[in-house]
Amino acid sequence: MIHLRRLVPYLKRYRKKLGIGLIVISLSAIFTNLIPFIISKAIDQIKNHTEGTSLLNYALMTVGFALLSGVFLYLTRQMIIVVSREIENDLRNDFFGHILTQDQQYFHFHPTGDVMALATNDISAVRNFLGPGIMYTAETLINFTMAISLMLSFNAELTMIAIIPIPLISYVVYRIGKSINYKFERVQEQFSDLTTKVQENLSGIKVVKAYVREDSETEGFRKMSMDYMKKNLELAKVQSFSYPIMFLLTGFSVIIVLYMGGNKIIEGTLTIGQLTAFIIYLGLLTWPIISLGWIINLTQRAEASMKRLVEVFDSNPAIVDPDILEVDKESLAGAKDPIKGEIEFRNVNFRYHPNYPYVLKNINIRLKAGETIGVIGHTGSGKSTFVNLISRLFDVDEGEIMVDGKNVKNYRISQLRTSIGYVPQETFLFSESIENNIAYAEENFDKEKVIEAAKISQIYKDVENFPRRFDTVLGERGINLSGGQKQRTSIARAIASDPKILILDDAFSAVDTYTEEEILRGLKGIMKDRTTILISHRISTLKNSDRIIVLKDGVIAESGTHEALVQKEGIYADIYFKQLLEDELKDLE
Amino acid sequence: MSEENSKNTVEPDENEQEEVLGKAYDARLMKRLIRYLKPYTKWVVLAIALTVGVALLSTVRPYLTKIAIDDYIVNKDAQGLKNIILVLLGTLILQGLLQYTMTYLTQWIGQKTIFDLRMELFRHIQKFSMKFFDKNPVGRLVTRLTNDIEVLNEMFSSGIVMVFADVFIIGGILFFMFSLSWQLTLIALSVVFPLIYATVIFRKKVRIAFRDVRFYLAKMNSFLQEHISGILVVKIFNKEKRTLNDFKKINYDHTKANKKSVFYYSVFFPVVELIGALSGALIIWYGGGEAVQGALTIGILISFIQYSEMFFRPIRDLSEKYNIMQTAMASSERIFRLLDRQPVINDPLKPAELGDCRGNIEFRNVWFAYVKEDYVLRDISFKINQGEKVAFVGATGAGKSSIMNLLCRFYDTQKGEIAIDGINIKDLKQNELRRNIGLVVQDIFLFSDSIANNISLNNNDISPEKIREAASIIGINNFIDKLPLGYGQNVKERGVTLSQGERQLITFARALAYDPKILILDEATSSVDTHSEILIQKAIDKLMDGRTSIIIAHRLSTIQKCDKIIVMHKGEIRETGTHQQLLEYGGIYSKLYQLQYKESFA
Repeated sequence: MIHLRRLVPYLKRYRKKLGIGLIVISLSAIFTNLIPFIISKAIDQIKNHTEGTSLLNYALMTVGFALLSGVFLYLTRQMIIVVSREIENDLRNDFFGHILTQDQQYFHFHPTGDVMALATNDISAVRNFLGPGIMYTAETLINFTMAISLMLSFNAELTMIAIIPIPLISYVVYRIGKSINYKFERVQEQFSDLTTKVQENLSGIKVVKAYVREDSETEGFRKMSMDYMKKNLELAKVQSFSYPIMFLLTGFSVIIVLYMGGNKIIEGTLTIGQLTAFIIYLGLLTWPIISLGWIINLTQRAEASMKRLVEVFDSNPAIVDPDILEVDKESLAGAKDPIKGEIEFRNVNFRYHPNYPYVLKNINIRLKAGETIGVIGHTGSGKSTFVNLISRLFDVDEGEIMVDGKNVKNYRISQLRTSIGYVPQETFLFSESIENNIAYAEENFDKEKVIEAAKISQIYKDVENFPRRFDTVLGERGINLSGGQKQRTSIARAIASDPKILILDDAFSAVDTYTEEEILRGLKGIMKDRTTILISHRISTLKNSDRIIVLKDGVIAESGTHEALVQKEGIYADIYFKQLLEDELKDLE
Repeated sequence: MSEENSKNTVEPDENEQEEVLGKAYDARLMKRLIRYLKPYTKWVVLAIALTVGVALLSTVRPYLTKIAIDDYIVNKDAQGLKNIILVLLGTLILQGLLQYTMTYLTQWIGQKTIFDLRMELFRHIQKFSMKFFDKNPVGRLVTRLTNDIEVLNEMFSSGIVMVFADVFIIGGILFFMFSLSWQLTLIALSVVFPLIYATVIFRKKVRIAFRDVRFYLAKMNSFLQEHISGILVVKIFNKEKRTLNDFKKINYDHTKANKKSVFYYSVFFPVVELIGALSGALIIWYGGGEAVQGALTIGILISFIQYSEMFFRPIRDLSEKYNIMQTAMASSERIFRLLDRQPVINDPLKPAELGDCRGNIEFRNVWFAYVKEDYVLRDISFKINQGEKVAFVGATGAGKSSIMNLLCRFYDTQKGEIAIDGINIKDLKQNELRRNIGLVVQDIFLFSDSIANNISLNNNDISPEKIREAASIIGINNFIDKLPLGYGQNVKERGVTLSQGERQLITFARALAYDPKILILDEATSSVDTHSEILIQKAIDKLMDGRTSIIIAHRLSTIQKCDKIIVMHKGEIRETGTHQQLLEYGGIYSKLYQLQYKESFA
């Protein structure tokens, strides 16, 4: 329960509703428990043919109490269950809010699926505990007290006999529930293994067919399906047991009560009406007894889920805004000025993890504000890392990175990042309208700006051809853009953010050379007063940059203008020569 | 329906986009589903018999209670009470036993049936040609074999038989009630109609409410999915706050939808209780009046109160089964549609025999397109004699891989024919054809299994010695022995990461272990470390040794060892000759050579 204690502030927020909920649930239980009492009175009267309240009155009272109990039951659910939904909502907001503050590093080690499972399954488990957990606990307690005290008023001895099996039943339900959970998890595991097997077989179908392995694959699948069936039957064994054992136990109490009660009636110490009430009370108590065992399971599961959630809530990002007290006054004052775009790397070394090799080694470079620089190099040479450090997606371990002469760590993260326009290597658009995607950076955007950015990135004509133009929705429920169109939209998004520093990380890989040239021509106009970093595999993208650097294994291997590098006959010249040949081949008919 | 009817891109799957629920009962589908129960006929009969027994035993108890009260308690017969109590205990225990057997038996029948169906579907899918797999995404087929089948499991194990059970119980209750007092039965059960009405309304409302919940849940999940996988963009554009606000809205929509379903439940449960109480009230008012006049006994009254309570559960259950049946129908429809589809590449009725394959290959005027009319191979003809080694070179998309796909008969040609040892491959059994071909594809595929099984592919004819021999010829024996579990090491286990080169060598060992007459090798382009590179070069030599070899070559060293080079360009053969001849010719090959094979940095 240690971790569930973290829910207290959430519960406090809704204490009023919870309080009302607890009151109405008590009222509902009281009226429910009065009904058998009425019935017992009626039956005794019928049996003894005595005059008294008319039968119609008893009937009306039964209905009246049921109605009142029903109204309070309705209110209970509207209070307690609704509060559990509200808390679920709050908890999920807080959770996602916290996830958003995590560093990139966090997402490296926590796959999207894991985070999703926390946000959905685990939070649901906690909610299950809060809603039904609280409601049934309260209901059970009140029902017990009410029913048992009314039963006691009829006959103490019979009450004792009737309630003896109760703890046993609760215990059995708890054990069965636990066993079902355990076996159910085994079934789920086997199910996901089976799914993986199918997935693998189908992904590797070519190998399977080439080596004529269909039969042995089928045999392997048969074994796993068989295992899955066996695990299901293991579960079925317990599940099939749970219902009979419960009605056996409750049925026993009823029969014992009937026997003992019958004898008491024969002795004359009990009336038939009271016996009937006993039998009805036992029926009423069945559910609370069962739910007691169930609640314990719910709580255990919620505790396990809450533990996982608390781990997330307690993990704090390392890349945060500077602590005002620690930054000296001078740089703090300077940090308010708009960023001009001068960037400097000073002896920067970087690796993603202390156990991993360095990705960047001793990088020293200075980019003047407004300069355009090209970066080329093989996959894994450190190009993307190089730019990610500027926007503090990762922090350097050694050396420092300065923007406008001040360490990036001394800027507020939001100020730093709003000054940077970025086209990531892997194009990522949201399933929203094209307009919202392009204007992503701006809260209140200017349509003109969106159009201008779309024109520069050469996506404008494509958009104009869509029936809903800029309102066209992307993604699953909308239109699917081609790789090139997506990339151009991503470029438009970066342009529309009106940055001082523009980073294009392999932003033309899915765009043909002609369109690329058009985009670059358009960019030229706006690149003048912006520092631009162009990363590419293609010489055509970079050749007009003010300066080009060649990264190799995390080191700046060559640097200079296109002409200078070609003359040098080094790595750059080699790439250049090959790309010329490639073009020649492509033109061959 | 055949594979050919499908369109060129991924086929749309209308049923997966929206939850389209149709009929809960479709005679045609049901008949076909019932057929799967046939092997278990006697067990099904037993289950139904048990159901009848359970229904009888559970409904007889209030009747026995009535006897206990009227005949023994009222008459003060203690011995008689004891006897009837023993009978009651007996029925209770017997019912427990029968109930357990019945529930387990139903589950067992369901599981068996589902197992059969799953295997049938799996076997069926294995028969399709590559064209089918190009058009049907893996995810969709996985869904058929897992989730859709699972839905049917629910129907078989808790749907069909439980419907019987509920109907029998209702019948049993009615039987006893009517035999006790038909007038009181009619009055007590007059509330059944409002109950059914309330239940139907509730189901309808709740179904809609849940559909909304699922809709918003899906929306919330895709929002989470999207923004967590796109977190880089969120951060870089400094949009954490806005993202959180957007999320809060969607989250609250989801909460609201849930609250709505909570509302229906809050109304439904009290209403059911109220109706139950109404029935009790009617029994007391009318039955009590009758009892006072001596027309009914007190025992009948009490048993009626019990019966009317028992009556409501099966009615509520039945409405639940409706949903199960509905989803089961939709799933079975999808499964049967897949089962009805026939593979287009089939074995000939009277297959020719390859016998002792020599490995002569011939392509005669072969035309081929993956998509109609969009030819990737145009009029390809060549001959490869047994034992010859031929390299195919060309830019990406030139058609090299298609040649290999056709030779393995993963696809059929549109025009022209392919022959092995002079026999058209269409006249051969696919298994016999492929058994003589060893294919090593570029995108290395390893199963999450032990190294030994990845080499033998679970073929029992390949002994552990042979596996070891193949691995040592390829040169990875020492490496494997050094792994913690040696040949038993699972290749995808956490902590053991094989390098690209090592993985490739395992696929080489695989091809070698199968000892094919014809080797098809698509060299991997990705660069590997120098040590692996040397091993790979050597391994390729061993692989080609003594076999007809077709290689899509990316390494100069490989090409130079070949007897002949065929240069492909845009689906046609443009140049043929040896390395020297082609270099001197100064055509496409000489350009490719400078581009791809000349030493480069990296």
